[in-house]
Amino acid sequence: MTDNTTLFQIDNLEKSFGDNLVLDHISTSVKKGEVIAIIGPSGSGKSTFLRSLNLLEMPTGGTILFEGQNITDKHVNIDKYRQKIGMVFQHFNLFPNLTILRNMTLAPIKLLHMSEQEANEMAMKYLERVGLLEKANAYPSQLSGGQKQRIAIVRALCMNPEVLLFDEPTSALDPEMVGEVLEVIGDLAKQGMTMLIVTHEMGFAKEVASRVLFIDDGRIVEENTPKELFESPKSPRLQEFLAKVL
Amino acid sequence: MNNFIQSFELNFIKDKRYMYLVEGLGNTLLITFFAVILGVLLGFLIAVIRSTHDKTGRMKFLNALCKLYLAVIRGTPAMLQLLIWFYVILVATPFPKVVVAMIAFGINSGAYVAEIVRSGIMSIDNGQFEAGRSLGFSYRQTMLYIILPQAFKNVLPALANEFIVLLKETSVCGYIGIMDLTWGSDIIRSRTYEAFMPLIAAGLIYLIIVMLLTGLVGRLERRLRTSDR
Repeated sequence: MTDNTTLFQIDNLEKSFGDNLVLDHISTSVKKGEVIAIIGPSGSGKSTFLRSLNLLEMPTGGTILFEGQNITDKHVNIDKYRQKIGMVFQHFNLFPNLTILRNMTLAPIKLLHMSEQEANEMAMKYLERVGLLEKANAYPSQLSGGQKQRIAIVRALCMNPEVLLFDEPTSALDPEMVGEVLEVIGDLAKQGMTMLIVTHEMGFAKEVASRVLFIDDGRIVEENTPKELFESPKSPRLQEFLAKVL
Repeated sequence: MNNFIQSFELNFIKDKRYMYLVEGLGNTLLITFFAVILGVLLGFLIAVIRSTHDKTGRMKFLNALCKLYLAVIRGTPAMLQLLIWFYVILVATPFPKVVVAMIAFGINSGAYVAEIVRSGIMSIDNGQFEAGRSLGFSYRQTMLYIILPQAFKNVLPALANEFIVLLKETSVCGYIGIMDLTWGSDIIRSRTYEAFMPLIAAGLIYLIIVMLLTGLVGRLERRLRTSDR
């Protein structure tokens, strides 16, 4: 599904917290329709990298071009930009005081100025797609972890984003619920959604990703197709990592 | 029993003395009501400024101003503040006494509401902020649509407590010559030379209002808690 439009062009991205350099000159690009898995040991900076793509972390150096526009520029409207970038968190971050339907329609109504009816219809369509139609009027606390994460995904989809970012979407789930969430992400991949996924699910990365980034110590140590990266890792650091997790 | 009836008549019926209580209660409720409104507006504003400063480091000057306000208001007795508003700050203004009391108690209550609401905002998981921002809400919209409704729910019991304290604190209004419920009952005492009836009556009225308020807040809490099942 990949066409050749470049969505992200990232050059020498740098992020430090005080003296601590978390992202060390990261450069890569993301094309439309690509599914990129980001793997690496914890504390390697992979989440920070993902979060800096929608400016939840402000980069301290380098540039991120999104569709040719430098989003780290002061004059860019961050809020407008973020509307195009969906984000799914490890801990779901659903709004506990709102029903599932309201969780999904709040942003489209307030930000895209959809009518309530329009937004509800769209939300119901997505709920049907992830098999949670009957939960429309439930509250987040009444859902299982897997259900919450599926809602978090469709909540992001309701803004009709161009890219979805996943920050360890299955790490907080009970093992038997991982599958239902990965299935939804897999379906999105088939439909051509551009996605960047920070994950520890190597099997899933191998199966769904079109490219895998291995980040260690704030640098992209290796990036390749899943087949190449998992079957013939070149750097010793990646070999060591894979030996531990596979 | 006859004594009781006689005493009741003397203290409340004769010369329509019950009107002291009725008018006093009216003033007490009026002052409390507008002081609560002023206090809530002020309190939310300050809470948002303070927590915005704590979260983002912006609004340094406003934050310093808020801290000064909190220190002064919480560091001095409410009654003294009332006297200062009446005899010093608003002395040359044509405001009626009741309005002076509303301002004094509203500004006083704002400081306490501010800290209550701020604790509510800080208790909301940062993930809620991030979820809001990642959907494209601005900082202000995230506050307004996502954080404050949750914070409000969490601090409702503490807020209700603050309103109850405020209601009773207005009983010092007599010091600037406002006939509130407490002073009204004291006027009756000074006319009839009987303390028991009028003072106990005033006490019962406060008690009933507080109980009604508590019941009302309890219902609101239960309604807001539908999402916690």
